[in-house]
Amino acid sequence: MKGKTLFDKIWDAHVVEHIENGPDVLYIDRQLLHEVTSPVAFLGIEKRGINVFRPKQSIATVDHNIPTINQHLPIKDLLSRSQVDKLAENCNRHGITLYGLNHPYQGVVHIIGPELGLTQPGMTIVCGDSHTATHGAFGCVAFGIGTSEIEMVLASQCIMQPKPKKMKINIDGNLTMGVTAKDIILYIISKISASGGTGYFIEYTGSAITSLSMEGRMTVCNMSIECGSRGGIIAPDETTFAYIKNRQYAPKNDKWEKAIEYWKTLKSDVDAVFDKELSFNASDIEPMITYGTNPGMGMEINGIIPEYNNPTYLKALEYMGFKPGQKLIGHPIDYVFVGSCTNGRIEDLRLFAQIVKGKKKADNVTAWIVPGSKQVEKQAIEEGIDKILKEAGFELRQPGCSACLAMNDDKIPAGKLSVSTSNRNFEGRQGPGARTILASPLTAAAAAITGKITDPRMFL
Amino acid sequence: MPIEKFNTIESTCVPLPVENIDTDQIIPARYLKATSREGFGNNLFRDWRYENDDPNKPKKDFVLNNPKYKGNILVAGKNFGCGSSREHAVWAIYDYGFRVVVSSFFADIFKNNALNIGLLPVQVSETFLAKIFSEVEKDVNCKLKIDLEKQEIQILSTGDKEKFEINNFKKMCLLKGYDDIDYLLSIQNKIENFEKHRKDAYFMV
Repeated sequence: MKGKTLFDKIWDAHVVEHIENGPDVLYIDRQLLHEVTSPVAFLGIEKRGINVFRPKQSIATVDHNIPTINQHLPIKDLLSRSQVDKLAENCNRHGITLYGLNHPYQGVVHIIGPELGLTQPGMTIVCGDSHTATHGAFGCVAFGIGTSEIEMVLASQCIMQPKPKKMKINIDGNLTMGVTAKDIILYIISKISASGGTGYFIEYTGSAITSLSMEGRMTVCNMSIECGSRGGIIAPDETTFAYIKNRQYAPKNDKWEKAIEYWKTLKSDVDAVFDKELSFNASDIEPMITYGTNPGMGMEINGIIPEYNNPTYLKALEYMGFKPGQKLIGHPIDYVFVGSCTNGRIEDLRLFAQIVKGKKKADNVTAWIVPGSKQVEKQAIEEGIDKILKEAGFELRQPGCSACLAMNDDKIPAGKLSVSTSNRNFEGRQGPGARTILASPLTAAAAAITGKITDPRMFL
Repeated sequence: MPIEKFNTIESTCVPLPVENIDTDQIIPARYLKATSREGFGNNLFRDWRYENDDPNKPKKDFVLNNPKYKGNILVAGKNFGCGSSREHAVWAIYDYGFRVVVSSFFADIFKNNALNIGLLPVQVSETFLAKIFSEVEKDVNCKLKIDLEKQEIQILSTGDKEKFEINNFKKMCLLKGYDDIDYLLSIQNKIENFEKHRKDAYFMV
């Protein structure tokens, strides 16, 4: 018999029932909930007159729809406020732990999961958010689901899913100076397109991946969905274990020993079969930016926008105000957004601060620096990052999803060009008519200082 | 909630020959603030449909604003429904009145979400999709027939047919109007038994 992939091992260990020519009934270890995609699921189970089956296996927070200033005040937008209140009401009624506004553990759902040790190797984790892929960095099977599926998990702790195919993406070699985890994933997506991973679950391997910190690994896995893949996974190792140890929800004492023993078995067998295998060299990767309206439309920062005669492609460039054959280096920008589940962790703020330290924000740039969680905010203040930012003309806002999806007031105005560390450059994603260039925190910092697209390596 | 039964549909269609239509286009995030499922159809393709976010200013060149095109089948370019997992996207399409989306490629989460509420995603070949677009361009009244039992889509004016895939379980759910939760609740004993006998569940305290 052929060996199993890491993904197979975890998936197969969670199959309650296999339906012939149908989906698997998959057991879910943890569900993360937030205010936007959960209310209709709670409504559903109440209409059926049933209780939450395993309330201790769900944890909730608020992030998508909250302001990132004055969080101590009542939320001004009444619809947003009612959604946040609804989550509190639902969690309270069903006995689910909620880290609400102003709680020291509140934050973007995919930042707090790992930060609290809720995310552990070998688990199945779901959330009504496509960036649930983030958690795969810990060697667990984590993916985004819809509201009907949230209702299934509330009702039965299971969902019904066809098993995806498996892809392996190997990246060996050393990253060059100024190239980050964000550049790795933008590079991969630019090579395989915004739909190249659809139908697959991706395992990332190779020395360029294993040498990343946990935060870098999370950035890579986070954007797996941007090539269409439900999730990404990286085999757990000493870096993983060291990150989890002593966190609030991490196994303790003899449970820790037992956990480590099991976690060490979580890797693909040498003879495991993948449905597709790709390989890239880390040394080929440069700082990346996007130029279009899907994350697959990416290029190296000094690159030239390619020419294709496809109506959808040309429509995307028209929206962005760019032309085939154009270079973007030196192009003026209006906004910078640093944050999101992709790049809103402490290491991201450190990278940004490293470049802006002792310099001044360009006058033509409005910048929003949004920590991913209360704990990230606290850490940034402890490290003096808030002061570095202030001296350079930036301010640290309060945790939330913010301008990544512009559901709250943090909207980039129509026609304005934003350099963003988030994950999607879709039309209007950051506000109606807003134009988005995705980049790493280093590239965002260089743009914030110069007011134009700038190679961050000139500041390193 | 129980889904509406689906068997066959014969209808004109609304063509949207754009690739990579993401769920932020289908329904922008700022319209996700409701706590119930009703009314999302009003904001379907909100930013493609209206100038300056103003429902009194429909964009004339957008297909949903062209009274010539109607019907409960939406036909769109490849990689439809990519991006966010928001189920509001399928609610909006369904609430607007569509019962089928035809494309040459669907994003995974979108496809699951659609099937879970009774919106049928029909994946056809690039050639067949191009044929539909060209027939509709010739005659806006050209009808499509979708037969779920036979797993077949047909362009009625030309007789062109193609088979489409759907897993048996989901097909049965749609034909009978069942949903997954009914099924999951029926196997609760099995789920509890699974929980008792797992070997890797050390972390569940």
